[in-house]
Amino acid sequence: MLFDKFKYMADFQAELGAQDVVPFGAVTEKILSATEAVVNGRKVILAGTNNYLGLSFDPRCIAAAQEAAEKWGTGTTGSRLANGTFIEHQMLESELAAFYGVNHAIIFTTGFAATMGMCASLVGPGEVLLLDADSHASIYAGAQLSGAEIIRFKHNDPDDLAKRLRRLGERASQTLIVVEGIYSMLGDTAPLQEIVAAKREYGGWLFVDEAHSMGVLGDHGRGAVEAAGIESEVDFIAGTFSKSLGATGGFCVSRHPELETIRYCIRSYIFTASSSPLIVASTRKALQILQSEPGLRRKLWDNANRLYSGLRALGLPVGPSLSPVVAVALKDRSRAINCWSALMEAGVYVNLVVPPASPSTNFLLRNSVSAAHSSAQIDDIIAAYAGLVDAGLIDARQDG
Amino acid sequence: MAEYQEYLDFMYSVLEGHAKSGIVLSETTELVADIGLSSLEVMEFVEKIEDQFEISIPLNILPDVNTVGDFARKLRELDA
Repeated sequence: MLFDKFKYMADFQAELGAQDVVPFGAVTEKILSATEAVVNGRKVILAGTNNYLGLSFDPRCIAAAQEAAEKWGTGTTGSRLANGTFIEHQMLESELAAFYGVNHAIIFTTGFAATMGMCASLVGPGEVLLLDADSHASIYAGAQLSGAEIIRFKHNDPDDLAKRLRRLGERASQTLIVVEGIYSMLGDTAPLQEIVAAKREYGGWLFVDEAHSMGVLGDHGRGAVEAAGIESEVDFIAGTFSKSLGATGGFCVSRHPELETIRYCIRSYIFTASSSPLIVASTRKALQILQSEPGLRRKLWDNANRLYSGLRALGLPVGPSLSPVVAVALKDRSRAINCWSALMEAGVYVNLVVPPASPSTNFLLRNSVSAAHSSAQIDDIIAAYAGLVDAGLIDARQDG
Repeated sequence: MAEYQEYLDFMYSVLEGHAKSGIVLSETTELVADIGLSSLEVMEFVEKIEDQFEISIPLNILPDVNTVGDFARKLRELDA
């Protein structure tokens, strides 16, 4: 029967429903600011929105989007290869390329379309994709579509990567290595200098997805590649507009002029309508703000440090390194669901992540910090977790 | 390069820890249907084989692998 394979999900949803818990697809009924909303009928602090710089409610971005709607209408109604290339799309591409100090950029309608489309197109049958095991679903989806040989290396393990490149021998020159700047679930950063060293020794092409690190890492906010000082050795950088830039969309930039030809070979770019002019306009404004206001990044890291330190002080099993993504890992599913519900009752919305979206068999209470959070809000989030400990919902010695 | 039987023997040794009591592992034992490996456990299983035999296993072969015997045959083909 066609639907049999979904039974496990139906059972899980029924289990959640029986407890009156709605963690997946929680409904935001009203947005009050970049950090507060009414979700599932309750006023909450938003601690799981990836809105790292808090720009989704910046009045300058909103004004840019409003002006664009007046000038360009609400949508392009067409592909970039047909009627959907407005001069605004090209300007955003030029500005992204300039930001990264390269000459070539492509923008996509979503971040998923960007990484999936690039991975599906850059390699093909007879070539190899060498993926970090914890890569995002969009990367795995692109890998499957590519027709290339797909090999995983152990997460953030450059020695394992080097070993696998060595095994490939001459085929390393036809291999695309794919890593992420900051990994979205645990907030850990790729060891890019060591990864580049392996590439230097054995060959290969390097693709870095900066979805969660653009605007977060690097002196200029360009991401993990900038922070590691390896910009001249990376072949492709992808990213998204839906996190630090507060909108939706994605991009890929490259120093290789061939990117301009590849543009015409990416299905997720060709066979979809281009980004709405509102989105392009707010993204352009947000990219300017990202560059002109480094104080946002400092505030983001102050907040990240405050939350990470606070949760560690409670003895909670947080991720391996300080990052704006602060995840509390729990082994037990019902305990994780109970904690998520208790946090909502305490006025804090976080992401509940279940395997296989989490990188292990653990369940995650995933927090993402914003520059727009006040210190008092961060303290409220910590207090909500302290409530979980006091109520015996998390036992720091047994969980994680 | 390992032989078919070597792959089988190693897989049996790893899978013993996963198999429900009463299941006798053989070439026709199915990894998901009989042993109940989750997608994550399949990946961990792949990593253990890679480490043991110093090989990289392309994920592309997995859709054709149902049984322990299927997997051993695919690994022999990779060697060839």
